[in-house]
Amino acid sequence: MRSLELLRQGEHVMTVCNSCRYCEQYCPVFPAMEERLTFGKADMAYLANLCHNCGECLYACQYAPPHEFGINVPKTLAEIRLQTYEDYCWPRFLGAAFRRQGLLTALSLVVSLTAIMLLARGEGTPPDFFSVVPYEVMVTLFGGVFLFVIVAMAIGVGRFRREIGIEPGGVTKALRDVLTLRHLHGSGVDCSSGEEQRSPWRRWFHHCTFYGFMLCFASTTAAAIYHHVFGLIAPYGYTSVPVVLGTIGGVGLVIGPIGLFGLRRQRDPALGGRAQDGLDESFIALLLVTSLTGLALLVLRNGALMSVLLIVHLASVLALFLTLPYGKFVHGFYRTAALLKFSSPKA
Amino acid sequence: MRHQRYDLLVIGGGNAGLCAALTARQAGASVLVLECAPRHFRGGNSRHTRNFRCAHGAPTDILTEAYLEDEFFKDLLRVTANQTDEPLARMAIQRSAGCPEWMRQFGVRFQASLRGTLHLSRTNAFFLGGGKALLNSYYAAAERLGVEIEYDAEVVALDLRDGEFQSASVVINNQTQIVRAQAAVIAAGGFEANIGWLREIWGEAADNFIVRGTPYNTGTMLKLMLDAGAEPVADPHACHSIALDARSPKFDGGIVTRLDCLPLGIVVNEHAERFYDEGEDLWPKRYAIWGRLVAEQPDQIAYSIFDAKVMGRFMPSVFPVIEASTIAGLAVALELPPEKLEGTIAAFNQAVTPGTFDHTKLDDCRTLGLSPEKTHWAQRIDTPPFFAYPLRPGITFTYLGVKVDERARVVMKNGEPLKNVCAAGEIMAGNILRKGYLAGIGMTIGTVFGRIAGEEAARHAVS
Repeated sequence: MRSLELLRQGEHVMTVCNSCRYCEQYCPVFPAMEERLTFGKADMAYLANLCHNCGECLYACQYAPPHEFGINVPKTLAEIRLQTYEDYCWPRFLGAAFRRQGLLTALSLVVSLTAIMLLARGEGTPPDFFSVVPYEVMVTLFGGVFLFVIVAMAIGVGRFRREIGIEPGGVTKALRDVLTLRHLHGSGVDCSSGEEQRSPWRRWFHHCTFYGFMLCFASTTAAAIYHHVFGLIAPYGYTSVPVVLGTIGGVGLVIGPIGLFGLRRQRDPALGGRAQDGLDESFIALLLVTSLTGLALLVLRNGALMSVLLIVHLASVLALFLTLPYGKFVHGFYRTAALLKFSSPKA
Repeated sequence: MRHQRYDLLVIGGGNAGLCAALTARQAGASVLVLECAPRHFRGGNSRHTRNFRCAHGAPTDILTEAYLEDEFFKDLLRVTANQTDEPLARMAIQRSAGCPEWMRQFGVRFQASLRGTLHLSRTNAFFLGGGKALLNSYYAAAERLGVEIEYDAEVVALDLRDGEFQSASVVINNQTQIVRAQAAVIAAGGFEANIGWLREIWGEAADNFIVRGTPYNTGTMLKLMLDAGAEPVADPHACHSIALDARSPKFDGGIVTRLDCLPLGIVVNEHAERFYDEGEDLWPKRYAIWGRLVAEQPDQIAYSIFDAKVMGRFMPSVFPVIEASTIAGLAVALELPPEKLEGTIAAFNQAVTPGTFDHTKLDDCRTLGLSPEKTHWAQRIDTPPFFAYPLRPGITFTYLGVKVDERARVVMKNGEPLKNVCAAGEIMAGNILRKGYLAGIGMTIGTVFGRIAGEEAARHAVS
C-alpha cells in the first residue's frame, strides 16, 4: 500500500521534472529521467538508487514545497530507495522486521550474541583468542553467517539488478564514479546540507568509512592467509599485515561513522525526512561498535579484559554481518548497479 | 519609522534588484532590499528563468563559438521589429559580455554545455539548476556582504520631492513603516499578475488568463511611478503570452505548463472549429502568438488535438493527455459537440495533401482548400488513440515600463531624469524590448541595468 503511494508520488515528481529539466546537469538522475516518458516501478527503483541525495535539486526547484506541486526530489527518491531495500531483499520478512526497528534489532543482536558467547566461552588466557572462542566454533559460526550473508545479498542484489536491467559496458566509468563518490560533488561543488551550504565533509567521512571497511576486510583476509597458508596463529604482531591493515581501517571506521553521524544531525531534514534514520543509524552504530571494540582489543589484548572484549567484538562483527543484507550496507550494491546501468553505452 | 537612513533602498528582490544591491554594497553603500514575497517565493519571475543571453567573442567554458554585439543587436531588431532604444540596447548587449565573470564571484554556477531541446548554448549561458539556484547564490552573497533583506514587505507609497526620492512607505506585518534612503532602485517587475489591471485591457477574458509567473508582480511600483509622472515606454496593452495547459495553476506554474504539441495536430475552439494555421512556422517562432489566439476565442479555451502518429514527438507535458479511441469519444471527454468535431476533422483530413512529414523543418505536408489552411506538418488525424490537451492563454510578462536614461535613472514626462531613482529589470525592459521576445534577454537587461543602477545609486549616496 505504502509502496504504491510512494510510486505514485515518484511518478508525479518525475513527470514535473521531465517537463522542466532545469536540473539536468546536476547528476545522472535527470538525464536518465529524460530518456523516459513513463515512470513505473522499475524506472523508479533505478532512478531512486541513482540519486546520491546531494540535495542541490531541492534548493534549485521552483516547484519545491510550499509550491502546490510540492516537488522534493531528494526526499521522494530517498523514500523510494528505502522501499527498494525492503522490496528486493531476501528473505523479505527479515527486511521488513529490520526496517521497523533497525537500531534496536542491531543492538539487541550484539547483546544477545555477546551473552550466548559469554556463556559458551572457554578459559581465556591472553592473548590466545582461540582459548576464549575455540577455532572450530569461530570458523563454523562466522563461516555459516558469512555464507548466509553472501547468499542473501546475492539474491537481493540479483533481484534488483534484474528489475532495472543492466546492459553491458561502461564498467570502468561506473566503478570510478562509485569509488570517488563523484555524484556527491558532481557539479564541481560538494553536496548540500542546507540551502547554499556545501561542504566536502560528507564525502570525506564516507571515504573513511568505506575504505576503512575495505581495509578491515583485507585485514581479515590477510589473517586467514596467515593462518591457512603459513600456519601462523593469531594474534599477530603489531607490524604484521593483518594488524597494520586492521588498525588503519579501524581508525577510518571510527572517524567515518562518527563524522557521518554528526553530519546527519546537521542536515536539513527536508532532504530525506526521518524515515531512514533507523537504517542509517543502526549501520553507523554497528560499524562504530565493531571498530571501537576491534581497536580496544588490539591495545588490551594482553590484559584481563581480552576475553570479554573479544566476545563483544566478535558479536558486533556477527551482528554487522547478519544485518548487512537488510540494512544500509546494500546501498553500495544498489547504487553501483544503478551507475552500471547509467554508464552502459547501450542504456 | 526606521532609525537608519540607508544609502540605497532596493524595491524588488529579483535578479535586477539583487544585482543592484550587490553592486552598491560592494561600492560601500548600506543597502536594504524590500521583497514583497515571502522567502520561499522570493525573486519574482527570475525564479522561473533559466538562462542569460550573452555576447562573447570566442568560445568559453559555458558558451560555444562566438556571438558578437552586432548579431545580438540584429536578433533584437528582428524580434522587436526595430522597436528598441538603440543606445540602451547596445549598452545591455556590450555589458552582457562581462556578466558571467561578475556573477561567478557571488557563487553563481553555470552549465557546462546544453543538452535537451533548446539549442541555445551559443547565445545563452545557462544557470546550473536555473533561476532559483541563481537567486539562492545572490541572496546568500548579499547576506554575507551585509545587505539587509526584508521579506513580505510591500511598498505602498513613495515620497518624491523636487525630482528626488525621500522615502518609501512599506507594509511589513500589517504595519506601515517609513524607510528613508539617499537613493532608490525600483526593480519590482511588471503588472502581469494583476488581474484587475489586465481586465482593463482584455475585459472579462482576463479572468480566464493563467499567470505563468509569480503572483507578486502586481505592478504597484509601476503604477506609482507612472502616477508620479514617469515617462511610459512600450504599448500599455501589450503582453507576452502563450497557450498552456488549461489545468495549470492560476499562478507560478512556470515552465512546465507549456505545450509543444500544437503544430503537430489541429487546434479547435469550444465550437470544435479551427481558427488559425497551426503549421505557419517553426514552433519556437510561433510559440508566443498562441496566447493571444486562444484569448480571442469564446471563453478563452481551445484544444490541441492529434493522433497516435505524433505522440511522443514533443516535450512531455506535466498533465495527463486526454485520450479516446474515437473522435466522438474524445469530443465527449472534452465536452465538445461530437458531430461538429468529427466534421472538422473529416474536412481537415480530406484537405491534407501528400507530403513527407518532418517536424524538425518546414515540411511539405499541407492542406489545400481549407479555411484556415494548415501549411506545414498537416497529417490526417486518423490513427487511434486520439489525444487532446486543453489550452488557456498564459501570460508571461507585460511590456509597459518606465523610461530610463543610460545611467538607469527614471526619466519623467518633462524629459528630466529623477536625481536618485533608478529602475532595473522588467519595469524598464520595455525601453529595449517593446514587442516579441528573445530567449534570455530579460535576464540580460536585469543584470546589466541592475549593475548600472547599483553603481549610479552608490555614486549618488557617496557624493
